[in-house]
Amino acid sequence: MPTAETSHAAAHSAGWFLENAWIIPIVPAVAFALIIFFGKRLPMKGSELGVASMISSLVLSAGAAWQWMNRVDDASGGAVKELSRVAKAEGGYGAPYVEPIVREWTWWQSGGMEFGIGQHIDGLAITLLFVVAFISTLVQVYSLEYLRGDRRYTHFFAALTLFSAGMLSMVLAPNMVQLILGWEIMGLCSFMLIGHWWEDQANARAAMKAFFTVRVGDVGLLVGTGILFFSANSWTQANLGVSGFNISGLSAWAMSGEAGKSALTWGAVALFVACIGKSGQFPLHTWLPDAMAGPTPVSSLLHSSTMVVAGVFLVARLYPVFWEGLGITENTVNFIVVIGGVTIVIAALLAFVQHDIKKVLAYSTVSQLGYMMMGLGAGAWLPAVFHIFTHAFFKACLFLSAGSVSHSGSHHSFDMKKDMGGLAKKMPITATTWIISTLALAGVFPLAGFFSKDEIIDNVGHNGYQVFMIIGLGGAFLTAAYMTRATYLTFFGEARGAAAGEHHAGEHHADQHDSHDIHDAHDAHDAHDSHDSHGAHGPHESPKLITIPLVILAVLAVFAGLANATPFGSNWERFKKYVEPSAAYVAIEETLATGPGEAIVVVGAESGEGEEATAGCSFEVPEAGKACYFPAVSHAKFKWSKGLLSLAIVAAGLVSSWLFCVQYYTRRNRRLVGLTERNALLRGGYRFLWNKYYLDALYEKVIVRAIAHPISRGAYWINQNVLDGIVNSAGRISRRVAGWVYRNIDQRVVDGAVNGSGAAARGTGGALRPVQSGKVNQYGALLFAAAAIGALVLVIINT
Amino acid sequence: MLTVQFLLLAAVLFCIGVYGVIARKNAVMVLMSIELILNAVNLNLLAFSARLGSIDGNTFALYVIAVAAAEVGVGLAMVLLIYRNRRSIALDELSEMKG
Amino acid sequence: MVGADLLVAQNIGFGIIAVLMVVGALRVVTVNNVVHAALWLVVVLSGAAAQYLLLSAEFVAITQVLVYVGAVMVLFLFGTMLTRARIGAESDLNNKNWALGIPVALLLLGVISWVLIDGFGDDRLPDPDEMGQVPVQVLSDDIFGPYLLPFWALSFVLLIAVIGAIVLARKD
Repeated sequence: MPTAETSHAAAHSAGWFLENAWIIPIVPAVAFALIIFFGKRLPMKGSELGVASMISSLVLSAGAAWQWMNRVDDASGGAVKELSRVAKAEGGYGAPYVEPIVREWTWWQSGGMEFGIGQHIDGLAITLLFVVAFISTLVQVYSLEYLRGDRRYTHFFAALTLFSAGMLSMVLAPNMVQLILGWEIMGLCSFMLIGHWWEDQANARAAMKAFFTVRVGDVGLLVGTGILFFSANSWTQANLGVSGFNISGLSAWAMSGEAGKSALTWGAVALFVACIGKSGQFPLHTWLPDAMAGPTPVSSLLHSSTMVVAGVFLVARLYPVFWEGLGITENTVNFIVVIGGVTIVIAALLAFVQHDIKKVLAYSTVSQLGYMMMGLGAGAWLPAVFHIFTHAFFKACLFLSAGSVSHSGSHHSFDMKKDMGGLAKKMPITATTWIISTLALAGVFPLAGFFSKDEIIDNVGHNGYQVFMIIGLGGAFLTAAYMTRATYLTFFGEARGAAAGEHHAGEHHADQHDSHDIHDAHDAHDAHDSHDSHGAHGPHESPKLITIPLVILAVLAVFAGLANATPFGSNWERFKKYVEPSAAYVAIEETLATGPGEAIVVVGAESGEGEEATAGCSFEVPEAGKACYFPAVSHAKFKWSKGLLSLAIVAAGLVSSWLFCVQYYTRRNRRLVGLTERNALLRGGYRFLWNKYYLDALYEKVIVRAIAHPISRGAYWINQNVLDGIVNSAGRISRRVAGWVYRNIDQRVVDGAVNGSGAAARGTGGALRPVQSGKVNQYGALLFAAAAIGALVLVIINT
Repeated sequence: MLTVQFLLLAAVLFCIGVYGVIARKNAVMVLMSIELILNAVNLNLLAFSARLGSIDGNTFALYVIAVAAAEVGVGLAMVLLIYRNRRSIALDELSEMKG
Repeated sequence: MVGADLLVAQNIGFGIIAVLMVVGALRVVTVNNVVHAALWLVVVLSGAAAQYLLLSAEFVAITQVLVYVGAVMVLFLFGTMLTRARIGAESDLNNKNWALGIPVALLLLGVISWVLIDGFGDDRLPDPDEMGQVPVQVLSDDIFGPYLLPFWALSFVLLIAVIGAIVLARKD
């Protein structure tokens, strides 16, 4: 185990896992290559490689997490502890700056610029590494059973492994280039996995919609990276010796006070546009519900717990840029918090009208991502990151439970209204994990969501964003309500359709996004029956490979919140201690690409127990020779009054929704049934929600068509008139030239020469012919004349 | 007597003979013109023979006379043959060429 | 004295005979009657014989009269008679291009005259006294001596000519 070295901050205990955390994404990447090349020949068709690689990544991340925690503990001890005791005596304690483990190798050079690849391990990276590795492992184990017999089993695991490799490499990226690399790999894998059953056109279209929508946002990523690079490069090179892509460099530059305000603002806005796309914020959230076309493990891994939080991760990672660029906590409204708040509400409302259980969860994810963004936008950095942590567990659990229900309960259907109901008795484990996760999501004490989501709401209000605090509370109500509806429809009430044991021959297969209609028609269905113990042909509990991950995740959904249980005091705020970066001024001892040197503890930079930050980075510009890496964020002090208020709201949501569901779905209350058909306003509202606010229509029919049509018409015009015109006119010109050449050169010149020589010969012959006249007298004349002339010539010559 | 007067006389006769060859269309007339030429030559030879005191000129002149006789014989025989075949000895009519 | 007189006499004789010859030759090529032309040729040939005498070539002169005038002209006249039905003047014995002959002949005359005068302008023939007679003996020695081969060739020519004439002219 790592040994503690006390004096120099740069020599805080690092360990083998921390130093070599760069291996964590390499293992899945290698596994991906091996699965692609050899997977089909292996006994388990390549899935063993995937699971093994994920388990090794998990072990490595766990080791790194353990060593990081030791590192932070070491940093809090020793000489720094002395200083902190002093500081505490004066009214606060200094949170120690723990230098991240940064290692970078030159990837390539071009034009005098070096691009590096490597790792940047700090608390945030550790958190995400662990979450991604953990959820990936569970999901791959789950997929062993869920996708058994699938036609592209091997490629599924390959894509899943590649995704993990991509996200892991993004999470520990030390510079923007590697971050973009991981980002794009994730986008690619998302596309591949959503369109896993691409034979169904709807799935292919959903995959493309996801890809293109996120791509629209990715323009912002490139633009933002560019803006920040060009603005920051000179400063970072001069002060820290790193390029303008380096994340620490960017953070320090943003906090240095020498950064141009417009560069920061526009860079932050551009980067956030990318986050809007990737994390499904309004208005680019439309792809997430459609992404449910992919297999359920994909939904639970990518589109709930890991990939979609990449946007949140980006904001958290480059937080100083956003803090300074968008003026977080200087104002009462900024771009991020508005988008987050709007997203919470509109997604929650949409979740009420869904029939598909996965879509309910998708909108719920969008809504929770809105929470995270809102929190980040309001200066609640730690609660938002903690929410990433807890949300991953219970949302993944919810998705996997939904998959379990469809796998064994509703005969591969996800339609709650048609094929589910009353499954609680038949599938107890699934029902239990679902309900636990629902309560965690809703934020019921003492489950995980309470400690994370409520902290967000609390801090948002504390930092002056009152309106958004109310929005957050409203969102909590709605969350509880729609989840209850979904729970009721799935597990309680009367069994409908497949849940009642009816086997719909083929009709519902077409409109569900599950695997079995691709199973080479229904012949494989019988094979499926045998291994699925479908003998009774009714809903039953899922096999162990499915339920064990569910149970694990449910347990975490219960206990994960205790990692940062603010209500219980600062000693319970482990997460904060290990993950939140320090707002201390850091001396730049050596200009290392791996990060600067000693940290100087600033009195009052961070106060415990939820008090205001009064000093530290973001209050004063750092002096020369010092850099800031993180702004001083405030933490709201927990009060049970606030906690009980939110609990009351959640309870109200749960109860009212339950009552409504019971009344409505059992058709007991005459007044409620058919209400939306009778009341014009409600009907209009229902239709508005059903059509997803007509956003899809807007995007596809108006925007895309408005852009694509003219472009395609223009391209067609260019093709016909310009390109073809050039070709045709080239043909015409050459024909005319050929004609001219033929007439003038060939006929006149060449033939003329040929004919002319003939004519000349004939002419000469004709001219000479009279000599051969046959007349003797003439011959005589010629003879004597020639002789006379010859004589004359001779005479003349000789005189 | 000057040599040259004989020579000039011979030249005049020669040229008249040449004219006759060119201008006459009767074959016999052409032969006669050739006789003129030959006689001019003989005169020339003999003039030089006298001038140089050599007898070779005389010998040569005799030979010329003999050859001329033979030639006239053969020529007239040919004219007879042509007359028999073509019924005419006008040289213009004897040509079969189209020029 | 005799030489000088003889010379003058010879010159006069030459002159008269030369004029006769030239006129006769001109008449040969210009008359329209073949027989007349033949007769004028006789004049020319006779005049030539006379000139030979002036040049002390008696044997040749005699031979000229014998062969040329005696045989060749008779042959000509026989040939003329055998090939023509009419005896008398005909329209024209000149062919179409007779005018071409004049410049040719004149050119030739001009060239030759100029050369001769230029070459032999003042050359005198030897005096008649010194011009000895040419004995036939010397002539025959020359013929059967150095020029024997041409003599034999000439005899062949005559033979062939005779045979040829017979072959050509016989009626078959």
